[in-house]
Amino acid sequence: MRYSVFSLLSQALAGNTGWRPAWRDPQPRSAYDVVIVGGGGHGLATAYYLAKVHGLRNIAVVEKGYLGSGNVGRNTTIVRSNYLLPGNTPFYEWSLKLWEGLEQDINYNAMVSQRGVLNLYHSDSQRDAYVRRGNAMMLCGVDAELLDQDGVRRLAPYLDFDNARFPIQGGLLQKRGGTVRHDAVAWGYARAADLRGVDLIQNCEVTGIRVENGRAVGVETTKGFIGAGKIGLACAGNTSRVAAMAGLRLPLESHVLQAFVSEGVKPMIDQVITFGAGHFYVSQSDKGGLVFGGDIDGYNSYAQRGNLPTIEDVMEEGFALMPSIGRLRVLRHWGGIMDMSMDGSPIIDRTPVEGLYLNCGWCYGGFKATPASGWCFAHTIARDEPHAYNAAYRLDRFATGRLIDEKGTGSTPNKH
Amino acid sequence: MRIRCPHCGERGNEEFAYLGDATVRRPDHLPEARAGGEGFADWYDYVYLRDNPAGEHRELWHHVHGCRSWLVVTREVRSHAIAAVEDARAVARARKPAGEA
Repeated sequence: MRYSVFSLLSQALAGNTGWRPAWRDPQPRSAYDVVIVGGGGHGLATAYYLAKVHGLRNIAVVEKGYLGSGNVGRNTTIVRSNYLLPGNTPFYEWSLKLWEGLEQDINYNAMVSQRGVLNLYHSDSQRDAYVRRGNAMMLCGVDAELLDQDGVRRLAPYLDFDNARFPIQGGLLQKRGGTVRHDAVAWGYARAADLRGVDLIQNCEVTGIRVENGRAVGVETTKGFIGAGKIGLACAGNTSRVAAMAGLRLPLESHVLQAFVSEGVKPMIDQVITFGAGHFYVSQSDKGGLVFGGDIDGYNSYAQRGNLPTIEDVMEEGFALMPSIGRLRVLRHWGGIMDMSMDGSPIIDRTPVEGLYLNCGWCYGGFKATPASGWCFAHTIARDEPHAYNAAYRLDRFATGRLIDEKGTGSTPNKH
Repeated sequence: MRIRCPHCGERGNEEFAYLGDATVRRPDHLPEARAGGEGFADWYDYVYLRDNPAGEHRELWHHVHGCRSWLVVTREVRSHAIAAVEDARAVARARKPAGEA
């Protein structure tokens, strides 16, 4: 069923009795041309673009829980392409372009809202760094705008401009950045992939990867063996565990990142605003809740929940940015498991095991990358070589020294 | 999460700084500075590769806001339950082959 204003009206008149499930719930067949492990945003997008762009028909996505049960439903929904380094900027800009056309492409309301992303600066040196970043972005055709304090004041008068320690001097604004309804991204890609014949197999955990003569030939799952011509891993925080089934040891650590939402209030924050003196980002959802987060907890974790010191730290930063936040109550908070890479940048590449492909290392910035990640991973799997957009995201870059370290902290995953 | 420092007793984890996996070994030799060179693999392994287990994890913590000792903590990373806390110095000494200083 194609969603449109007419389908909506006719269903409204029919008492909403005619809606059908958005995707099938098939049992696995014995073999597929491509099996994607991980039914989150990146895995579902990969399956969709494999079918749409590369014309493959015999594809399955296997997911250990339900679709979108991992990080795609646990993030703070921010999309942007304000990256500094070569290798990153064109990739994330391609992602933002795909976001801009996504809803028409997949015929699904993902609530793409280009409300702007405003990164604040609090010192002269930080202003210099933002000027450099903005220039790097514009060289790649990305929009960037440097605001002085008055410019920020016009957008967000409630901020604590005269904070004694971290006065707000201005900000770098990317107007095309914004937010996207995260669950709808998973559901929209799932439905669009299903319509193109992709089997989405839920509650099907991969327990092994069968490798014969150096070639991956299928996955052992809780629903039996599934043969595969090619296998793509899009397992986020569980990548190390799944890749180990094929004998791979990766430059990854799994860490927990927490996010928070407050009680709903009237419209207050129009953009996404980030605090430059620490690590804090906030936006307001359409329901009125403030959605915000900060740093990862900082130690290896596979628990989808974090600890109180990080929560205190995030709240303090929010308070320093906009004191009015102190009157709000936190409604809930949650955690997701991040695949932190050794340089803070992702990996979309082939692996030493033939027929096995890797999509990981998204750290805590994977959501904004969802469309381009799927698009590039699909290209890499179908053509057996990376696209120019993900050419820098090689698995061997740690050995060859071609790191992409935006933050410049070296091989310390908990600092990226 | 609370860590029982062998010198200071049980403290909140905000007193500690985290370094990472305590099982990686820094090679004693200098590497040839190119991929595939002699000794390169050991250093690549030490700097970049991690087991990243979803279970028991031995890891280095620094009691930076306490006694400033480096500690080896054995922790279940799915529940944050801590099985053991040892002095990193003692762990390193016990690991040295006999005869070495």
